[in-house]
Amino acid sequence: MDNMKKVPVREQDPKVRATNFEEVCYGYNKEEAMAEAERCLHCKNAKCMGGCPVSINIPDFIQAVKEGDFEKAYHIIGEDSSLPAICGRVCPQETQCEQLCIKGIKGEAVSIGKLERFVADWALEHDIKPATAKAKKGKKVAVIGSGPSGLTCAGDLAKMGYDVTVFEALHKYGGVLVYGIPEFRLPKDKVVAKEVKKVEELGVKFEKNVIVGKSLTVDQLMYDEGFDAVFIGSGAGLPMFMGIPGESANGCFSANEYLTRNNLMKAFREDYDTPIIAGQKVAVVGGGNVAMDAARTALRLGAEVHIVYRRSETELPARAEEVEHAKQEGIDFQLLTNPVEILTNDEDHVVGIRCIRMELGEPDDSGRRRPVPVEGSEFDIEVDTVIMALGTTPNPLIPSTTEGLEMNRKKCIVADDFTGLTSKAGVFAGGDAVTGAATVILAMGAGKSAAKGIDEYLSNK
Amino acid sequence: MYKVSNARMLVDKIYAMDVEAPRVVAHCQPGQFVIVKVDEQGERIPLTICDYDRTKGTVTLVYQTVGTTTFKLSELKDGDELCDITGPLGRPSDLIDTPVADLKKMNILFVAGGVGAAPVYPQAKWLKEHGVDCDVILGSKTKDLLIMEKKLAEVSNLYVTTDDGSYGFNGMVTAQLEDLVEKQGKKYDLCVAIGPMIMMKFTALTTKKYGIKTVVSMNPIMVDGTGMCGGCRLHVGDEVKFACVDGPEFDGHLINFDEAMKRSQMYKTLEGRALLKLQEGDTHHGGCGECGEDA
Repeated sequence: MDNMKKVPVREQDPKVRATNFEEVCYGYNKEEAMAEAERCLHCKNAKCMGGCPVSINIPDFIQAVKEGDFEKAYHIIGEDSSLPAICGRVCPQETQCEQLCIKGIKGEAVSIGKLERFVADWALEHDIKPATAKAKKGKKVAVIGSGPSGLTCAGDLAKMGYDVTVFEALHKYGGVLVYGIPEFRLPKDKVVAKEVKKVEELGVKFEKNVIVGKSLTVDQLMYDEGFDAVFIGSGAGLPMFMGIPGESANGCFSANEYLTRNNLMKAFREDYDTPIIAGQKVAVVGGGNVAMDAARTALRLGAEVHIVYRRSETELPARAEEVEHAKQEGIDFQLLTNPVEILTNDEDHVVGIRCIRMELGEPDDSGRRRPVPVEGSEFDIEVDTVIMALGTTPNPLIPSTTEGLEMNRKKCIVADDFTGLTSKAGVFAGGDAVTGAATVILAMGAGKSAAKGIDEYLSNK
Repeated sequence: MYKVSNARMLVDKIYAMDVEAPRVVAHCQPGQFVIVKVDEQGERIPLTICDYDRTKGTVTLVYQTVGTTTFKLSELKDGDELCDITGPLGRPSDLIDTPVADLKKMNILFVAGGVGAAPVYPQAKWLKEHGVDCDVILGSKTKDLLIMEKKLAEVSNLYVTTDDGSYGFNGMVTAQLEDLVEKQGKKYDLCVAIGPMIMMKFTALTTKKYGIKTVVSMNPIMVDGTGMCGGCRLHVGDEVKFACVDGPEFDGHLINFDEAMKRSQMYKTLEGRALLKLQEGDTHHGGCGECGEDA
């Protein structure tokens, strides 16, 4: 086999998978994983580790895979990550660890992500228990939100010996891993629920249906319920709309709503009650991972799908792999195109989307070339459903009920990059609530830093 | 966990139950709502809080059976458990943030239509507890569908009206309102109208005529109830608001009711089919006229 190329990973055929919600990627088996591990040079000064937001000891875990000692590999990853089966699936490895892999200079980088996934899946299958704390600290920490940042922070604190309780607003644990990312990218029962259980096995307590800011406040957690520190990992927030005519029409949804109905509420399954208007012809507006997820969900529900994005292909914020998968499955990309109006019929239902072609002008604040409309280039796409995947604005529930919590100009919580400490004593924050919508792994990185910050704070208290 | 007690049918299609939900009860206020999910496969639906008992840790929910979830709810018996309940959600009524001395100077009118009597009750009760008088118009289609008459009479000056004249005043709530203002010389500073969307729309039109500030409580389609899905968005004047976090109470003279009513119909066909399927059980074979098997 060509040592410069990755061991290919088996995937469901695009035509078949376009009609089901089974996972797209099958992952490596034992033989494939060991063959891929052989490609790792085990660099002394491993550049890949610098690209990992949680600094997993990549060469050592791959070495263990090479030797066929998967349990050892799992524990090496476990020192730095509590959710490897999730990261192995949804991390943008191509711009992180794998981008820095020496092997990638002349050939293809080692498939670090797929190896991580293999090790994590093997551990879930063999029910390998994570290492738990040796001694109790005797201090209580509340973690708000059971998404990637909260789970990571909770897991790390439990390993240090803290008494941790996670409060989740919804009825299932996992945050965006459950309501946002679809089943075909991240299986809920097979992966998310099991990873949550691993965190539970570390001694973390979980309470669902508690909306901090409504059911109780951050101050009440600290003063009435006796928590010594609080971590806020409440996630991204309220969906944005464009403010164009027709957005209130029936058949126009936020990606959050569409995905939540399908993923959290399992509307795609006959045996669940929540309805979804799948649409026959769907336009998804936006170019991020959420847009790809919404588009590929609509496709699986039987629709013809168009992605409408105002910049060009190179600026698509979604992961390369997701864009590739979407194309393979037959999703149409209308690039350099921006909606100007959603067209409706007499019953106020969506019947089309009026768009205008764009061209790239001078670079804007983000460094990307600003898209400007091409005059007179309006055209209509006939659709019955429009899904807006434009990002989110921070949820006001916690900031508006927590005195002394400083917000920035974008209304995100201000927190220290290294410790997660906010302007309020004993209160830490991380993930999308601080950064605005970002990735799972960045949120995990923030949860991890905050766990260290909380430990430092409570050790000196 | 969320144990059901006192489950009862009030009138045809309208039910009540108490649910053990200490986290909700600890901080809930008049005007707020909860989200309920009956079982693992169930959907999340918003329900207004009708009453709460802080010592027992229970909330009283009143609901009308309209779809699968409310139908399933109505089948729960004492001792059964709800799969999920969360809250309190939404902003409390503005009344409770108004100084009591100011409230005492105001003439306050509530207009309650149908199952809307349930969310009106905790507000009127709260006023009564703070020594503030209020008038309540309680309307229903007919005498047999009237709910909470006795409870509302305990906390307010109650005016009952039925559309068919079978009990109390003869006419819609708006006719009763016109009668109070025009014939009985009543003057109001504030009207809080809660009920079916069409009732709130016409109440707001009537109060506008008299220049009475009017608050309505919106109960649109929702999934999470925390601001995340945006399904509950509505126009208040030129602004788009989310009923779950910005509401549920809004200025009744600024709400775009026609748009809100159309949005609330979005899932009607799907819901109807799902309910038929549930009610017909094994004998169900489509029921929608599309399967060609209708016997």
